[in-house]
Amino acid sequence: MHISEGVVSFPVLAAGGVLTLAGVAIGLRKMQYDKLPEVAVLSSVFFVGSLIHIPIGPSAAHLVLNGVCGLLLGWLAFPAILVGSTLQAILFQFGGLTTLGVNTFNMAFPAVLFGCICGRFIRSSKRRVRMVAEFVAGGGSVLLSGLLVAVSMVATGDSFVPTARLIVLVHIPVMIVEGIITIIVIEFIKMTRPQMLRSHPMREDFQGV
Amino acid sequence: MSEAQAFRGIEEFSQGNTFIHNLDPRAKIVTTIVFSVVTAMSNSIITAAGALIFPLVLIVSARIDIRKVLGRLYIVNVFILFLWIFLPVTFPGDVIYAVGPVKIHREGLFYALLITLKSNAIVLTVIALLGTSPIFTLVHALSHLWIPDKLVHLFFFCFRYIHVINDEYRRLQQAMKIRGFQPGTNMHTYRTYAYLVGILLVRSFDRAERIVAAMKCRGFKGKFYILNNYEMKHRDYLVAASGLAFSAILLVVK
Repeated sequence: MHISEGVVSFPVLAAGGVLTLAGVAIGLRKMQYDKLPEVAVLSSVFFVGSLIHIPIGPSAAHLVLNGVCGLLLGWLAFPAILVGSTLQAILFQFGGLTTLGVNTFNMAFPAVLFGCICGRFIRSSKRRVRMVAEFVAGGGSVLLSGLLVAVSMVATGDSFVPTARLIVLVHIPVMIVEGIITIIVIEFIKMTRPQMLRSHPMREDFQGV
Repeated sequence: MSEAQAFRGIEEFSQGNTFIHNLDPRAKIVTTIVFSVVTAMSNSIITAAGALIFPLVLIVSARIDIRKVLGRLYIVNVFILFLWIFLPVTFPGDVIYAVGPVKIHREGLFYALLITLKSNAIVLTVIALLGTSPIFTLVHALSHLWIPDKLVHLFFFCFRYIHVINDEYRRLQQAMKIRGFQPGTNMHTYRTYAYLVGILLVRSFDRAERIVAAMKCRGFKGKFYILNNYEMKHRDYLVAASGLAFSAILLVVK
């Protein structure tokens, strides 16, 4: 869920901006030039993916896919998500320009965190271990993103508490669906292009400048 | 707004030949950022309402289709409407109206109005200044604004391939439709969408490998050579200066 322009206070915007700047700097340093087209094209897939609406009961939600993004890209999720969010803000007015920092951090930090934690388990030979790790990565990233959005709003003012609660609540069904979808996506990639997962961004392939 | 409509409207305001369209993209980017941040900082209704003047003048000067702009504003304001429902009820302050247990607070209404004004002012500015330039022009301008090369190239490639991948997505979606796919809340739907995303990722990974190979063949050395450089003209300085001056006034009046 994006935060729109003008909603959160200036200190929150500034904090988000600084944290995103740090994340993007780390991501860019880890990205070798050879990997640039791959990161860019994957980031286009996440952009298009976020336009896919999935029915959940009477409502629908768009795919977030930040869990998949974290598993495939690691720290490179920061620049990838920044680029996608900027284009969405300019092209469709989803999110916003001043909220770019907060929104990128809220999406990319969970992606990197769960990418690090669950990344090693998705290469396990035990199917059950893999499935749990993939579900946690996909669902956890979405839930943590929702929590971070709620925190950003509550940090702006206590009056946002009920709105923030509702936002977290809404994220719970989305989390479950994202978890399931992440399992299937990663298992599919494992079957068809295992090399996409083997070169884990935390490891040798992506390091260096 | 469905995704199909969203995509049809991509860069829809960038075609035109008004002086706003022809402004130097660097001037546009800097003015938009400064104005947006100043507007986001404002805490009074009067400043926020005043801030709307700047984008409205721009929208009129750029002769942008007002109906299309309203369509964009609609999406933005759906979220804000949600705040109009919550904030007046939950914001602590003077009660101005009470219906049974539900109390409407003055401060809450004030806050919802403030957010609405600020949000619309910023969104309109983004549409009027950034929306009136093609993305590639803006990305090119970023490389003149101390943005790291790698990030600029990421923007360049990402926007280039969004269209390719969107076409691929449409084709797959059509194939699903032809086979009678009906989305619903069930595992079959989730599995189908997951495979759709999976195949998009796999194909784009293959595509990236081909791109790297093609770039290597052509002797790519980590640099895009820029053939035409921008030149700031009088009117570019004039518009940028008036935008910055207007931002400064908002900052002082605040």
